[in-house]
Parts: sequence; C-alpha cells; structure tokens
Amino acid sequence: MKPLKIVVLAKQVPDTRNVGPDAMKPDGTVNRAALPAIFNPDDLHALELALQIKEKVPGTEVIILTMGPKRAADIVREGYFRGVDYGIMVSDRRFGGADTLATSYTISMAIKKIGNVDLVVGGVQAIDGDTAQTGPQTAEKIGYPQVTYVEELIDVSDEGIILKRRLEKGVETVKSPFPTLVTVAGSYDNCRFRNAAKTLKYKYARTNTELSREKDYIKEIVEKNDYLIIPEWGVEDINADPAKIGLPGSPTKVKDVTNIVLTVKEAKVLDASGDSIKDMMKDLVDAHIIG
Amino acid sequence: MEGNVFVFCETDNGVVTDLSKELLSSGKKLAGKLNVKLEALVLGNNIKDISGQISKYGVDKIHIAQDERLEPYLTLPYSRIVSSVFDKEKPQIVLFGASSVGRDLAPRVASTLQCGLTADCTRLEIGDHFDKKSKTEHKDLLLAIRPAFGGSIMATIVNWDMPPQMATVREGVMKKEIFDENYNSQIIEVDVSSLIQQEDMIVEIIERHIEESKVNLKESSIIVAGGYGVGSKENFKLLYELADVLGADVGGSRAAVDAGFIEHERQIGQTGVTVRPKLYIACGISGAIQHRAGMDQSAMIISINTDKNAPLNSIADYVIHGDLNEVIPQMIKSYQELAH
Repeated sequence: MKPLKIVVLAKQVPDTRNVGPDAMKPDGTVNRAALPAIFNPDDLHALELALQIKEKVPGTEVIILTMGPKRAADIVREGYFRGVDYGIMVSDRRFGGADTLATSYTISMAIKKIGNVDLVVGGVQAIDGDTAQTGPQTAEKIGYPQVTYVEELIDVSDEGIILKRRLEKGVETVKSPFPTLVTVAGSYDNCRFRNAAKTLKYKYARTNTELSREKDYIKEIVEKNDYLIIPEWGVEDINADPAKIGLPGSPTKVKDVTNIVLTVKEAKVLDASGDSIKDMMKDLVDAHIIG
Repeated sequence: MEGNVFVFCETDNGVVTDLSKELLSSGKKLAGKLNVKLEALVLGNNIKDISGQISKYGVDKIHIAQDERLEPYLTLPYSRIVSSVFDKEKPQIVLFGASSVGRDLAPRVASTLQCGLTADCTRLEIGDHFDKKSKTEHKDLLLAIRPAFGGSIMATIVNWDMPPQMATVREGVMKKEIFDENYNSQIIEVDVSSLIQQEDMIVEIIERHIEESKVNLKESSIIVAGGYGVGSKENFKLLYELADVLGADVGGSRAAVDAGFIEHERQIGQTGVTVRPKLYIACGISGAIQHRAGMDQSAMIISINTDKNAPLNSIADYVIHGDLNEVIPQMIKSYQELAH
C-alpha cells in the first residue's frame, strides 16, 4: 500500500500517578514541583501504534510533535530513541497558559505546516489534566474524523484503518478512511523499549536553544550532523493568530485552586496472624458492617 | 449571560442513561438559580416518546433528533447536529456526561462553537467572578469544579467571554431527583436530514459488542479492591473469593487495570468510578492520590499491604501488614467461623 505520513502528538507531564511521600508537603498537599517530568503514558501507547503501522507499511514516515517549554525536547529525543523518523518542538512563551481549545488550535496549525498528514495519533488524555479534549478538538480543527479510546489495531490498508475502541460497556470495531485522527488508551500494547543503535545515533539531538548552552564538542558533533537539530517552531513559524493562542485564546480560566488535604486517620495496625484478623472480623460483624 | 441551560441526553437503544438523568437534575437547579428554562437535546432512533422518561426532571423543552443513522452513536453526525442546535439556540450553559460518548462528542462540539469546556466536573455552582486583569465583575457564571493534577487539587474553572459555558460531569456525583411527576415539556423536532451531510458518515462501525455492565460499584455496600500489588490476574481470584463470602463487589486501581489484572469497568478512582461503600477492603493498593480521590469517602477502610508506608494506610481504619495471599484466606476462615 501507499506509505503513510503519521504525526504522533506527545506531551511532557509531571508524574501525578505516583505521588510518594517525597512529593508531599507537611500540610498534606502535593508539592507539584517535586514530581518528575515524564512522557505522558497514553502518548507512549500512541507512539507504539504509529511504529507498528510503520512496520506494516513500508516507507511510512513517523513524526513526533510536542508542545511545551524548552525542556520538553526530552520527548522528541525519546521518540528518536524508540524509532521515529523526525521530531518537532512547538515552543514559544506566548503559547503558555493555553487551555485545550488554544492548545488544539496551536497543534492544528503545526500539523497544517507539516502538511499532507494521513494519520494523527495521540494518547486519550494527559495525566496532568485528564481532560481527553485536545485530541477531538484537534481533529475538528484540521477537519479529520476521529476514533477515540483505541486499544487495538486490527488492520491498515489504502482504504483506511480498522481499530478496536473501548467503551464503558463493551468494545466497538470501527473503520475510518484516511486522513484521520486516533486517540489511544492505556490498554493498547506497551511501547517498545529504546533501540540501542538509535539511542546512540540521536544522543546529541538538540534544539538550537539547548545547543547554545552546550559544551563545544557537542556543538561540533551537531554542526556536522544536521539531522541532530530539533526544529523549534514559534508563533510565526506556524502562522498562528496571536488572539487564538495562550491565555488570550483560552475561554476557560482558573478562578481558584484548592489543595486536597488528606485527613490522616488513626489506624489500628495488625499483623497477619490469625488471631488479630479474627478479632477484626468480629468487630466488623458486631458493628453490622458485614454479615 | 443570557440563554437557557441545556443538557445533552445520552440514550442507549431509546433508554436515557442514569448519568443523563443526574445531569437533568443538576441542570434544573442551575436553571432555577439563573431563573431560566431547562432544555434537553436527545439524539437517536426510537426516541419519539422520550418525554415519558425525562419530563419529570423538570425539562421545559425537549429537542428530539430522530434518525436511524443516529443509532448507535457516531462522532461526526452527532457533532454536526449538536453544534448546529446550540448555534441556533444560544444556550448559556451546556452539560454533557463524562462518558465515552460525552468525552468524545463535547470537545468536538466545543471546538466547532469556539467555546470553553471543562472536563469531568464533580461540582457545579453559580457564582460571581472578579477578573483582576480587566477589573470587571462577572455575575452569575457557571463555576465548574473539578479535580486536577491526579486529584491533588480541586480547580474552579470559569468562562465569561466565549459562550456557551460547557462542562462534562462525572457519573455518580450528582443526584437524580424527580422534580414533578406531571411536568409538561414542549417537544421540538430537529430536522435531521437537512443537517447530516454525506461526509459525516465516512466512519463505519464494523462490529459492536456491548455487554450490559454486570457491576455497579456505585451501589455496592462492600468493595474488595486490588492494586498492582496483587501481582497477577490469577491472584485476583482470591479477592473474588473474599467478595463472594462477604457479598461484596470487586474493583481495582488504575494500575491494576492497566496491568490487565481486572477489567476497565471495575476501575475505581479519578478516572474510574467514585465509590462510597460502608466497607472498602484495599488489597495491595499503594494509594496514589487519584485512587484515593475515588474512595476516601468510604465509611470504613481496611488496607492490606506488605508496605507499611503505603500512602493508603494513612486514610485506613485498619492496616494489616502482610501478604494478601495469607491474610485473605484467614479473613474468609474467620468470617465463616463467626457466621456459624
């Protein structure tokens, strides 16, 4: 079949899933600054879907696109290590403070700049917001249909892509023609590990911003191998309307934020001995909680 | 702001979902505070007599879009019709359920209408907001309150300049209450055939396998839940045995679901269901904040874990420090002895 041009949308997020004691402040609230920055989990599954299609359809090109602050270049490098052909950063201070509407507008303009994209894939949602809105909103803005909550790739051909999607009460197999946008759920296959040769090859991939702060020998390596330059697209590069990006382009505003304080209870701590468990079960029966 | 409160009512083979009824009750309260009407929008096939199901929630107007192409749900024709109705009716507030349909449809509609959308709200209120930047007071806005950052914060979101104010709402957080058994709704038929375009039908459903959910954890009074620490799907059988003896239901954390130990519909937490049983037995659950946000209102919590410092232990009433493969059989044995 005809090779495809695939864009993978990936986001760098704070790891909100594993809030350990180190990330808790004494008042019981989460110290968000202490959370490590990771590759959004659902987006890793989306990357795997793209790489599986690349294996099935020779000549397919996989491009990873990330939007975020300068340090999000880590996401592009991670993409290279796992097998993408090309990576792009969308980064500009003016994109900051965007809600999902402004974010999807920005991403849609970047996809239009890439041009002739057959398939856009991303995770269902990012763990910092859990909104699941950016995928469908991007699809609307580029005029593509959408297939959300995908957990299995059934088939891909010139006629389109057949996917299994997860609903609350079952599964649905759908076929969408190209071009289309797909959001991938956590139940999709796990992403393959880094490829050793590719990790070596792209170790020094840098944006120009990063390169300006690098040691001379790294600068030399990158200058000799221009595939190591990660392009950084700003507002003008993607012809974005400044009124539709960042805070000005965001209809939703945060009025206030309250930290959840977890009230600590005084628990009865038991060992695993038969007697202590029996006592507990008796208490529960006596209190009419069970039985 | 002007305009009525609209609720997108999801149907399943002509039956309005519980979540949609919860939204109608919530929408009725918001409409009451704003002194405006409550309207419902229903799409599907065989939905002509839908008013019998929803009028009693106090719905003033029901917009019905009936067509055989609207059952089952497909993103593009639904998005086309819903966007077009809202574009014409100019609602002030729109509520969708945070279901797989609502979360697929609402963002697409919000993008078409260029309006704000707040996902997965757990509380909705009407209130004022003072914008410090422009020094203007905005009266009677929708305050959309939702957990964020893995459940570690609650954020209140407002939208004063790009209407309508849209939100998706999680199942089980609003109460469905009958407003008036004899309430009369005005019915308005949406002209579906003039709206749907040929290109809206390009995505095709090849096969659909719907299982009526056997579990309804929201209603369970006792829940035995397992986390990643359970270790395997095989080990989960032990949890089912305990649940069987106690008359309980089995749930799992996101980590257990992601690892394939237990099915998706049994997920408890911020991205699953929120539960409030009288007894919650957590087995091998470390207690990531997103899980706790979905179960910390349980009346009594038992945490079984080999890790003494599991964060879940801090909200537990009983902490059993041990291996669940030893602890659970003893719980079963003690209970059976006590029951006799």
